[in-house]
Amino acid sequence: MNESKAEDRPEDFVLQMLGITKEFPGVKALQDVTLEVRRGEVHAICGENGAGKSTLMKVLSGVYPHGSYEGEILVEGAPARFGGIKDSEAEGIVIIHQELALIPYLSIAENIFLGNERASGGVLDWGTTRSEAARLLAEVGLAEKPETTPSDLGVGKQQLVEIAKALSKRVNVLILDEPTAALNDEDSAHLLDLIRNLRERGITCIIISHKLNEITAIADRVTVIRDGRTIETLDLHGEGITEDRIIRGMVGRPLDSRFPDHESTLGEEVLRIEDWTVHHPVDTERKVVDGATITVRAGEIVGLAGLMGAGRTELAMSVFGHSYGTRISGRLYKGGTEIHARNVSQAIAHGLAYATEDRKKFGLNLIQTVRENISTSALGKLASWWGVIRSEEEAGVAEKYRQDFRIKAPTVESVVGKLSGGNQQKVVLSKWVFSDPDVLILDEPTRGIDVGAKYEIYGIINALADAGKAVIVISSELPELIGLCDRIYAMSQGRITGEVPRERATQEELMRYMTMEKTR
Amino acid sequence: MNVVREYLGRNVRQYGIVAALLVIVLLFQVLTEGRLLYPDNIASLIQQNAYVMILAIGMVMVIVAGHIDLSVGSVAAFVGGLAAIMLVDWELPWFATVLVALLVGALVGAWQGFWIAYVGIPAFIVTLAGMLIFRGLAIVLVGTTVAGLPAEFNAIAGGYLPPLLGFAGQADGLTLVIGLVGIAGLAWSQWRARRALIKHQLTAEPPVIFVAKLVVIALLIGVVTYWLSLSARGTPIVLLIVGALILVFSFVLNRTVFGRHVYAVGGNRHAAILSGVNAQRTDFAIFVNMGLLAAVAGIITTSRAGAGVAAAGTNFELDAIAACFIGGTAVAGGVGRISGAMIGALIMGVLNMGLSILAVDPAWQQVIKGLVLLLAVALDIVSKRRGRLT
Repeated sequence: MNESKAEDRPEDFVLQMLGITKEFPGVKALQDVTLEVRRGEVHAICGENGAGKSTLMKVLSGVYPHGSYEGEILVEGAPARFGGIKDSEAEGIVIIHQELALIPYLSIAENIFLGNERASGGVLDWGTTRSEAARLLAEVGLAEKPETTPSDLGVGKQQLVEIAKALSKRVNVLILDEPTAALNDEDSAHLLDLIRNLRERGITCIIISHKLNEITAIADRVTVIRDGRTIETLDLHGEGITEDRIIRGMVGRPLDSRFPDHESTLGEEVLRIEDWTVHHPVDTERKVVDGATITVRAGEIVGLAGLMGAGRTELAMSVFGHSYGTRISGRLYKGGTEIHARNVSQAIAHGLAYATEDRKKFGLNLIQTVRENISTSALGKLASWWGVIRSEEEAGVAEKYRQDFRIKAPTVESVVGKLSGGNQQKVVLSKWVFSDPDVLILDEPTRGIDVGAKYEIYGIINALADAGKAVIVISSELPELIGLCDRIYAMSQGRITGEVPRERATQEELMRYMTMEKTR
Repeated sequence: MNVVREYLGRNVRQYGIVAALLVIVLLFQVLTEGRLLYPDNIASLIQQNAYVMILAIGMVMVIVAGHIDLSVGSVAAFVGGLAAIMLVDWELPWFATVLVALLVGALVGAWQGFWIAYVGIPAFIVTLAGMLIFRGLAIVLVGTTVAGLPAEFNAIAGGYLPPLLGFAGQADGLTLVIGLVGIAGLAWSQWRARRALIKHQLTAEPPVIFVAKLVVIALLIGVVTYWLSLSARGTPIVLLIVGALILVFSFVLNRTVFGRHVYAVGGNRHAAILSGVNAQRTDFAIFVNMGLLAAVAGIITTSRAGAGVAAAGTNFELDAIAACFIGGTAVAGGVGRISGAMIGALIMGVLNMGLSILAVDPAWQQVIKGLVLLLAVALDIVSKRRGRLT
């Protein structure tokens, strides 16, 4: 259901991606995706976390080279086959990633021309480098000297340096991945103005963003992607195209994932997080979590919904022994009495557990065995008072979890790095269940896991609640939260913007709270 | 036989390094026309390489946790020099000297551990500084040499156990008994571990491998013991010291919470911290321990030389680090075993001795040892890469 005008002719398109399908082992990340971008427009791409936006951009920029995907890319109507980023840049397609890629201690001028140096015979031409850099900085409206280093700049200004760097190349289509995710309001407004400016100069922009008010403010058209497919392309100058209309496209999937039947028996309130505020560890002025208050009762499964950058993980980690952030303020009540957990061991001692969203990077020691990973957070329970581990008991505990949670590993001596994602996640769960917490915070417990293993993990989560634990589930998959949780909090820009009981929870309702902007 | 082949395939690295040691021993045994394994040479092999083995025990823990220690040679010289002064100038008894020296070693380790764990300076830099500082202090204290150490102190590295149990033919009885006790203890502990595995329904090694492994190890210990018992003076005291340290630290690393934390911090620091491991305290303790072991190495080196020497311990750190890497400790941390490092130390030791017996120019000895180190680590990396693909 393409709502673009019927009189589109091929020559109107600066870029067409036709029928793109990209498979990873076991997963179809993109399926027959089509994206058509008109010359000189600002084209937004929208979709939930994991919908396939970033994969699509990697196909476009040549990170996934021609041949590793099916389908066709046309630039100015001619087929393009990119073997790498150099090739796509030669066609004037430049991407600015969400994670900025500046070298912190080289000057702005050197960063702008990195890999593209102004030089003759391998010797840098400092004069040209500086003067061209100064010209580009003026173009993007950044009042800094070319000699300044990015380490002295805030994120907003670094973003502008990235754009200057893009402009130093012959740029035809500029792709910005979540450009305002890390910016404050003022920097965001400035960036959006700059994008309008670029459009006037004839540069086509593709902008990937979660912020629907920004999209409706700046974009001409928007393509919605869901579950690796193109859903629709909407003309924002058309009638009746509102934020709600875009949300419907983003979440319009039926609730087809199955969940084990579960009825929670709620007990007393176990954890109350009150007026919790956390500042960014580097940019200490920026509030990442802003006055959040949530409660969980025994036996209750509470969901935490939010888009990328909403502050869910940051809230959870800062509560879990100040593992994230600086200038943390707020109060923490456990069973009615205030507690202080300033480091992880104190948090564990107070009965908190946090299973991280990035299990490979932060959750597991991949080169150790199942047994050693399961026992790490509560090794004290398996050791004598002077620190000797009772090996037999340890092996027994690990074996018990291997069987109870049906971890598919030949033995508990198997190295964790060789297990599948679902089984690694079960090891993470075993580790925290063994620490016998009262509150379990599970961050994206089913990310990157196949359907069968997901069902088993839902079963484990339900069993934990039945055993009287308070469970907080953070997830980007709304059907998962709706299918699993008794109550769901929605977060946006660090604030709790809504609280929805299970009966009232719909994806549309949650998405409305999740995209709620700060009132200016 | 399939089970056996599969098991060997998975543990190729561990058995490979032992095989490499055996090949090198046999090679030199042939090249030196049997002189390498003279009983007296076995005793001096142990005495000459005790310092590497002791330092490598601590270095394994340092490297597994993701650090490095360049200062151990200088610390050994500093503590050794101090010990010589305590003995000669202050006329302290030898046991008091040893105690104070160990304490000073631990303090030096605490000094370096403080900067590494609590200030966050990379260990490479802190211990590079330590290398200069403690070498300098050793020269300040000692000058060049302090000689005339008491015989009791010299016996630590040069002495032998007295023939308390008489002789069986040519062989020293006490040495034979120690060897037999060692074999029995090893067999018993291995059997106990295996029984625990089976009790918890975990897959143990196939019985063929288990028995074969025990037999080979028992034979090796038996042969070494027999040769030693034939040597002029029996069991060197250093052998007992090194053996005790190996046992104690293998236990610490494999069976204690602290040991587990060392592996956890080295394998994935973030995950360890998020599991409630106090990574700073772990790092600090590792360096205190390294300082302590550097002091032990310093005492033994001084005792062996019979004098405090300011230039002692030069390149000790490189020998210890090489032993760890030859023995399979991962450069990136998280992986490594004391047994591996001990075999690595023996490989270097046998190379040293064999090449010396063959009267190879010391310059070429260095070249050969360098190539062996490179080859060992290269094999390790290649075999790991192949392991990933399967």
